[in-house]
Amino acid sequence: MSNYETVIGMECHAELLTESKMFCACANEFGGAPNTRTCPVCLGLPGSLPVMNKLAVELVLRTALALNCQVSRDCLFARKNYFYPDIPKGYQISQYDDPIGHSGYLDITLEDGSSKRVHIRRVHLEEDTGKLIHAGGNESEVDYNRSGVPLMEIVTEFPPDLHSAEEARAYLEKLRTILVYLNVSDGKMEEGHLRAEPNLSIRPVGSDKFGVKTEIKNLNSFKSVFKGVQYEVERQSALLDEGGVIRQETLGWNDLRGETYHMRFKEEEQEYRYFPEPDLVPLHFEDADIEAARAALPELPDAKRERFVTQYGVRPYDAAVLTSSRPTADYYEAAATDGVDPKAIANYVTGELARLINASNQEISQIKITPAALRDLIVLRDSGKITNGVAKTVLEKMFETGQSAQEIVEAEGLAAVDDEGAIAAEVDKVIAANPDVVAKILAGNDKSMAFLTGQVMRATKGKARPDVVNRLLAERIK
Amino acid sequence: MELFELTAHELSEKIQSKEISAREVTQSVLDRVESVEPRVMSYVTVTRDQALAQADVVDAKIAAGETVSPAAGIPLALKDNLCTIGVETTCSSKILRGFHPPYDATVVEKLKSAGSVFVGKANLDEFAMGSSTENSALFPTHNPWNLDYVPGGSSGGSTASVAAGEAVWSLGSDTGGSIRQPAAYCGVVGLKPTYGRVSRYGLIAFASSLDQIGPITKDVRDAALLLGAISGHDPMDSTSIVRDVPDYTKALTGDVKGLRIGVPKEYFAQGVEGVIADAVRAAVDKLVSLGAIAEEVSLPHSEYALPTYYILAPAEASSNLARYDGVRFGHRTARATSHIDLFEKTREEGFGPEVKQRIMLGTYALSAGYYDAFYLKAQQVRTLIKQDFDKVFEKYDVILSPTAPTVAFPIGQKTGDPLAMKLSDVLTIPANMAGIPAISLPCGFADGLPIGLQIMAPAFGEEVLLRAAHAYEQATDWHTRRASL
Repeated sequence: MSNYETVIGMECHAELLTESKMFCACANEFGGAPNTRTCPVCLGLPGSLPVMNKLAVELVLRTALALNCQVSRDCLFARKNYFYPDIPKGYQISQYDDPIGHSGYLDITLEDGSSKRVHIRRVHLEEDTGKLIHAGGNESEVDYNRSGVPLMEIVTEFPPDLHSAEEARAYLEKLRTILVYLNVSDGKMEEGHLRAEPNLSIRPVGSDKFGVKTEIKNLNSFKSVFKGVQYEVERQSALLDEGGVIRQETLGWNDLRGETYHMRFKEEEQEYRYFPEPDLVPLHFEDADIEAARAALPELPDAKRERFVTQYGVRPYDAAVLTSSRPTADYYEAAATDGVDPKAIANYVTGELARLINASNQEISQIKITPAALRDLIVLRDSGKITNGVAKTVLEKMFETGQSAQEIVEAEGLAAVDDEGAIAAEVDKVIAANPDVVAKILAGNDKSMAFLTGQVMRATKGKARPDVVNRLLAERIK
Repeated sequence: MELFELTAHELSEKIQSKEISAREVTQSVLDRVESVEPRVMSYVTVTRDQALAQADVVDAKIAAGETVSPAAGIPLALKDNLCTIGVETTCSSKILRGFHPPYDATVVEKLKSAGSVFVGKANLDEFAMGSSTENSALFPTHNPWNLDYVPGGSSGGSTASVAAGEAVWSLGSDTGGSIRQPAAYCGVVGLKPTYGRVSRYGLIAFASSLDQIGPITKDVRDAALLLGAISGHDPMDSTSIVRDVPDYTKALTGDVKGLRIGVPKEYFAQGVEGVIADAVRAAVDKLVSLGAIAEEVSLPHSEYALPTYYILAPAEASSNLARYDGVRFGHRTARATSHIDLFEKTREEGFGPEVKQRIMLGTYALSAGYYDAFYLKAQQVRTLIKQDFDKVFEKYDVILSPTAPTVAFPIGQKTGDPLAMKLSDVLTIPANMAGIPAISLPCGFADGLPIGLQIMAPAFGEEVLLRAAHAYEQATDWHTRRASL
């Protein structure tokens, strides 16, 4: 048991799903040959001026509301001044005082089922920088394609609510789910569209003073966030145990080695000389703007989860899985229509279907089985037309070919065998072939009955209805 | 009179009636440039071939019976902080040597489509920081009325070119008086429009919340014409205002009966030479004789405008000038060993002393621990200055004052005395602080050098401003005098 308490703050950046950049008409896209999506504005050429992308503001407002934030009625943009080759104007247009959203929270659910409220300090809009490419030797090149892409920053409140790698990962997962739900970000961490920078410190349990914090960059997956935090907690603990001193620094994360590495010390507060951006007019939100944005919010995961439990009677755990992504939830609801057991649909969507989707590396939105086709399969099974075992086989075929359950059952003769005479013949054969098992059953070993059932099912290729098989076996043996 | 001596509206009439061609006008101006430029040195770049080609296009249109704008075929000088496609744009700084913008400033685009003829890029104090054009990193410009004197600044090349007949009219930019003060020194009309009236897109920024592009002309009618040609909302400039552009020439009625003039006592105080104060008071009397009503008013916070300006303008400039880092355009040091070194040496080599001083002042004013005492306090004072104007404009239509406390001074006289130099803008800075329009027009001479009368009006009050200026001008003949070179 550790003697230290971990304290984690999270700063996340999400590139927004706008068509154009934040201050110019250049396309907001990923990749492309360097410097092909640039203009005088995002290159910071002399005389150029920024013009605000209204959609970017809307997306941040939407996020702020979804994260239960207060909205600043009047927001200023500010210049954050510093020199670096990837920042073309010598300042980044960001927000300082009065961010669009502040004082919000996000509820997360942990693995043990408990939930936790994580307070959000601010949600603001800023522009992304270009990218420095080290060309080898003493030379660097700069690609400004990403320069001016609208970026949303979400920062957790201080003192932080997060205290473990698991909590940090759960927060990030939940945040990503919401951003994708809101259609604000595609949430792609591996492409850097969602970036998480945890800063963390440890302190002796019971202490009321915070330790020196370090910040981890380059974490490009949930797993690396979890491992990075875990690694850093262990590194700091070991260092303190040895009587060492933690220095305030920025660390990088090496995913291959599973280690953090030193990037730079950060002991002196950076001097950014923030001041209001004179090239932009202040943003003003009327109450009506805010209420309209709130009304336009989609149903968020938590509300959807609760509704699934009450409306469909699914278990809370399944409801959480179903609502973990909006396409999955939408798929489920399209399948779980009247006349079918919604719990049965839930079992398939979270079970067999999820397994097939994962194994094939697809998204639910890409698969060949429509929600209606899944529903038909379940109806077919629940009406006894096919057995449960056959249904799973049919699902795999549907997944491969996109054919309907009915087509597959007919083409392959997979309908359940209702003919008692035919089943009875197989039952008699199995009894005759297994006298020792029958003897065990007669001696009171009921478990052996299942063996015989299995033998009959195998002989009928799974098509015999298990209830009929069981009844016939019981009648003959007892 | 030679063609280069005429006003734009006179020339436009002759061009449109086919009495003369745009090419003849352009040739006259280019010949004038050839003969006087070595002495006046208005231009950083002369775009002779482009000018003649543009004139020919206008002539062809007129020959084809097309209607053309009043700006068509009129030779114009652009202050060299306005971006022009393919034409070097230097801000008279070594750091921008070789910078050929890939785009035109919005005002340039507007004037191009109006058929304007671009004679060249006019000299300025480096990055528009200065009051005499002596801070140009390239060369100083000379006052056409007396070549040993400064033309004022920072738009000294733009005003000298018009006064010398090297352009019929020109564009300048005004952050703290950079159109009006040199207009006064050179005996021409200079108008700083309301902040937001004219797009700043493509104007290389000095202080974004104060900069405004405006016309420099030989008379008020030309100022009205050129203002109309460059005004209007621009989707590329968020600070430009959505508002119709009137025909400003319609305001030139000559009628000032009942016009209420405020005469701020603070603008005639210490530092304003007697001969200037007298000339301006005489101008007030002239307007009163035409039916206007004049009363003394007070703008008590204007005395803080200069120090306030020297916090806010450098603060914005320190950030606006951060992009000159040698990475993407302009000068790059040959001696860099790291990216920090690249920034430092490029900027050290590329910026002149005045620019460096202002960057340092501004950086200091924005630094943690000083921000509240300097930048924030200055913003508060700026609000007070603006409120003074709002109050006066409740009762008065326009405010009259001198443009500058003195006439032009000899080249070199104030370069060693930065405070004295900066005091030459003490009467023009308040209008920038308040964002209101202000014009300077000739109202007399002292020792052969022109005196400027400043008229200020409420925001978007360009029409009343022009009406008052025009009425005064029509009742006097100062604007008809030309420097002899």
